Amino acid sequence: MAIIETKNVAYTYPGAANPSISEVSMKVEKGEFVLITGPSGCGKTTLCRCFNGLIPHFYQGELKGEVTVSGMDVTQHQTHEMAKHVGLVFQNPENQLFALSVEKDVAFGLENLGFAREEMRKRVDWALNLTDIYDLRERSPHEVSGGQQQRVAIAAVLAMQPEIIVLDEPTSFLDPLSAEKIFDVIYELNQKIGITVVLVEHRLDLTAKYANHIIIMDEGKVCFDGAPREILSTEETRLIGVGIPKATLLYQLLKKEGVNLGDVTPLSSDELSALLRGALEAK
Amino acid sequence: MSVFDGLKYRKVYSPIHNLDPRMKFLYVIALFVVAILFGQIIPLLALFVLQIPFVLLARVQKQWLRSLRGAAFLAAFIFLANIIPRFFYSGYVLTAADWEYSVAMTLRFVVLVESFSVFFLTTSPDHLGLALEQTHVPYEFSFAFTTAVRFVPVLAEEAQTIMDAQKARGLEMEKGNFMKRIRNYIPVLIPLIVSAIRRSLELAEAMESRAWGATKKRTNLYALKLRRGDFALLAITVGILAVAIYVYLFVPVPTLVQLFG
Amino acid sequence: MIEVEDVHYVYPNNVEALKGVSLTVKDGEFVAIMGQNGAGKTTLVKHFNGLLKPTQGTVRVDGVNTKKTSIATLAKNVGFVFQNPDHQLFSETVEEEISFALKNFGFEAEVIEKRLDWALNLLGLTQYRKTSPFLLSGGERKRVALASVLAWDPQALVLDEPTIGQDHEQKERLRQFIVQMQAQGKTVVIVTHDVEFVAECNPRVLLMKEGKIVADGEGKEILTSPEILAQSSIVLPQIAQVFMQLESLGLPRDVIDIYEAKEILLKVLKERRK
Repeated sequence: MAIIETKNVAYTYPGAANPSISEVSMKVEKGEFVLITGPSGCGKTTLCRCFNGLIPHFYQGELKGEVTVSGMDVTQHQTHEMAKHVGLVFQNPENQLFALSVEKDVAFGLENLGFAREEMRKRVDWALNLTDIYDLRERSPHEVSGGQQQRVAIAAVLAMQPEIIVLDEPTSFLDPLSAEKIFDVIYELNQKIGITVVLVEHRLDLTAKYANHIIIMDEGKVCFDGAPREILSTEETRLIGVGIPKATLLYQLLKKEGVNLGDVTPLSSDELSALLRGALEAK
Repeated sequence: MSVFDGLKYRKVYSPIHNLDPRMKFLYVIALFVVAILFGQIIPLLALFVLQIPFVLLARVQKQWLRSLRGAAFLAAFIFLANIIPRFFYSGYVLTAADWEYSVAMTLRFVVLVESFSVFFLTTSPDHLGLALEQTHVPYEFSFAFTTAVRFVPVLAEEAQTIMDAQKARGLEMEKGNFMKRIRNYIPVLIPLIVSAIRRSLELAEAMESRAWGATKKRTNLYALKLRRGDFALLAITVGILAVAIYVYLFVPVPTLVQLFG
Repeated sequence: MIEVEDVHYVYPNNVEALKGVSLTVKDGEFVAIMGQNGAGKTTLVKHFNGLLKPTQGTVRVDGVNTKKTSIATLAKNVGFVFQNPDHQLFSETVEEEISFALKNFGFEAEVIEKRLDWALNLLGLTQYRKTSPFLLSGGERKRVALASVLAWDPQALVLDEPTIGQDHEQKERLRQFIVQMQAQGKTVVIVTHDVEFVAECNPRVLLMKEGKIVADGEGKEILTSPEILAQSSIVLPQIAQVFMQLESLGLPRDVIDIYEAKEILLKVLKERRK
C-alpha cells in the first residue's frame, strides 16, 4: 500500500484567483526516496504542505481531491496528529529553530506530544547521533552554521520517529559542500532506518543519484513521474527548464551524435566516467 | 547603551549563575519590598552594600558597574525631582533633612535597579524560560519569551544588513534635520517589520509541523531542581525579610540628621 | 577600477575577517569571488562601496580612497545587489522602489522618469509599475531589486550570492544578463559558491580562504584543479569531475564547458575506433 497517495488534488490559496496545483495524482511507496522538482512556482512547495496537513488546516483555502498519508486522510486529522507520521523540514534553517539550545530544539516535538523525560532523553540522543551533531547539543542554534542548523531541524523531526520525512529545498541557503553532507545524511537515514524520503530540490546534480523515484512538476501539474534514469534521459525534461545533471546532459548530447555508451543513463560524474572508461578502453 | 549591558546575561560559571532563578527572583522581590519599606539612608545603604558580595561571587563586577553608570542619569533625575520641589515649597531654603531625603530616594532607586541587574546578569534566558515553565506560567508566555530572546541577535544582524542595503542605494542616515532623519528610518523599519512577519509565519509552520498543541500537558526535557545553594539563598531571603520587618515595627531607624545633628 | 592594497579588516567583535588582501579589478572585468562561508568574500566586497572601511591598508575605487569618501558617493559608481531582495523592498509601488536610489543621488525629475522606464523595460517589469513589490513572486522581487540598482547605471555591479534559491531557467537568465552588462562595458563582481554557474560563465576566479586570497586566475584553470579547490572546500563542477576521473586515459584536465567536453570526447572516441 502506498504511504502517500494523492488523487486528483487541486488547491487554491485563500484570495488567489487560480489554483496552485491541479489534477495532481501521485503515489509514494514505503521506503522510497522521492525527488520532486520543477521550475519555480510549479507547485512543489504547495504539494509538500498537503502531506502533513498544513494544507488545509494552517493555510485554509480550497482543497479538492484526496490526500492520504500513512493511511490517514489529511483533511480529517489535525497537523499535530500528522506530525507523528510525517515530518517537514523547511528551506530556511534559522526560522525553524526556536529553543535556546540544540537539544531542547530537538526535544520540542516530543515535549509537545507529552513524552516522559527518560523516553525523550533517549530519543533526543538517538536523533542527535544519527545526524552527527551530538557534540553540538548544548550550543545555541544561532551559533552553529547553516548546514548544522538544518541537521538540527532534521534531528528534531527524527526524534518524533515519523515514517516519512519531507524536505522542502533544505539546502537552498547552504554552500555545495554542506548541501552534500545534508544529502548524505538523508540518504543514510533512508538506507539505515528505512524512512521514506520526499525531497524537493533544484540541485539535481547532487541529488538525482540518490532517488529511486522522481516527480517533475510544472505550472501546478505533474508532468513526469517515474524512475530517474528514464525520466531524465528524455528531451522533454530539459525543455521544461529542469536543471538535469551535467553528466546526464553530456550523455544525451553524445547519444545525439551517435555515441552509444549503454542503456543506463548516468546520473552522476562517477557513473558517466565509468561508462566513458568502458567505451574508451574497449577494443 | 551601558545600562543595557547591565542586563545582558554573561556566560560565566559561578555559584550564583547556577542558582535556581526562582530563588533568585524571590530574593530580588524581598530586596524590593525592604527597599520600599524604608525611607532612611542607613537601611538603604545597608541593602546596597548587601549586594556587593553577590556581585563579586558572580564575577560580574565590570558589567554591574557599567549598569550603575548607566543608571546614574536617571538617578540624578530622581534626585533633582525630589530636591527641587522641596526647595520651592519650603521658601527657597534647604534643610539637611531635605538633602537626606532626596539622597535616600535616589539610593532606593539605585538599589532596585542594581538588584534586577544582578538577577539578569546571572540568569541565562533558557534558565529563565525554564523557571517560567515550571512555575506553571502558561506555556505560550514562556515560549514567546525564549523565542524572542533567541531571535534578538538574528534581528540585530538583519537590521544591520538592511541598513547596509539602503546605504548602498544612497540613503544617508546621518544627514538632514530631525524630521528627515526620522523619515530615513522608514526604508529600514519596513523591511525589518515585513521580514519579522514572514519569519513568524515560517516559525508557525515549523511549530505546527512539530505537533504544537498536541496536548495541554506539555512535558519538559529539563527540570529545575533545588539544591543546597538554593536553600541557603532562601534562608538568607527569609532572614533579611524577618530582620527588616522586625526593625520596621520595633526599632526606630534614625536619620543621619538625627544622628549627627 | 578597484584597487585593494594589503587590506586588513577586523570586525568590532575582534574577528579578523581580512588578513592582508591585495587585488586589482580592471574596468569591464568579470570576477567571481569564491570560498567557504566565513572566508571573507562578503567582507571584501563590502569595501568596494565603502560599507566597510579597512582597518589597515587602502581601497581605491576609480582612484578615490574609500576612507575619504562617503558611502553615497561610492555607491554611485559601485552598485551592490544584496542576496535577499526583501532586505531592501519598502515602497508602495515598484516605481517608487526603483526611483528611491535615483532620488537619493539627486537626479532630476526628467532623468528619473527616463531611467525608470529603461530599468523597468530591461528587466521586464513594465506591467508591474504600479504594483506593490510585496505582492510579487520571489523571482520578480529579485528583479525589482536588480532594477532599482541598475536604474542609476553604476559603472560596476556587485552581486552577492545571486543564484541562491534560483531554478535552472532563472540562473540561465542571470547568466545572460551578466553577459549583457559585460557587453556594455560594466565591471561585474559576483560572490558565489555555485561552481556550476561559475563554470558556465568562465570569469576570472578569486578563491578566498580564512581572510586571504589563495588563488587568482582564469576560471577554467582554477575550477579544474582539485588541489586548489580542496583548500577552499569547493566541489569541482561535474564536467571537470568526469575529466579528472578519466585523466589516466590521456584526456585533458581543464575542461568545464559541456560543449567543449562533447567535442573532445567525440574526437577521442572516433580515434579509438580506428
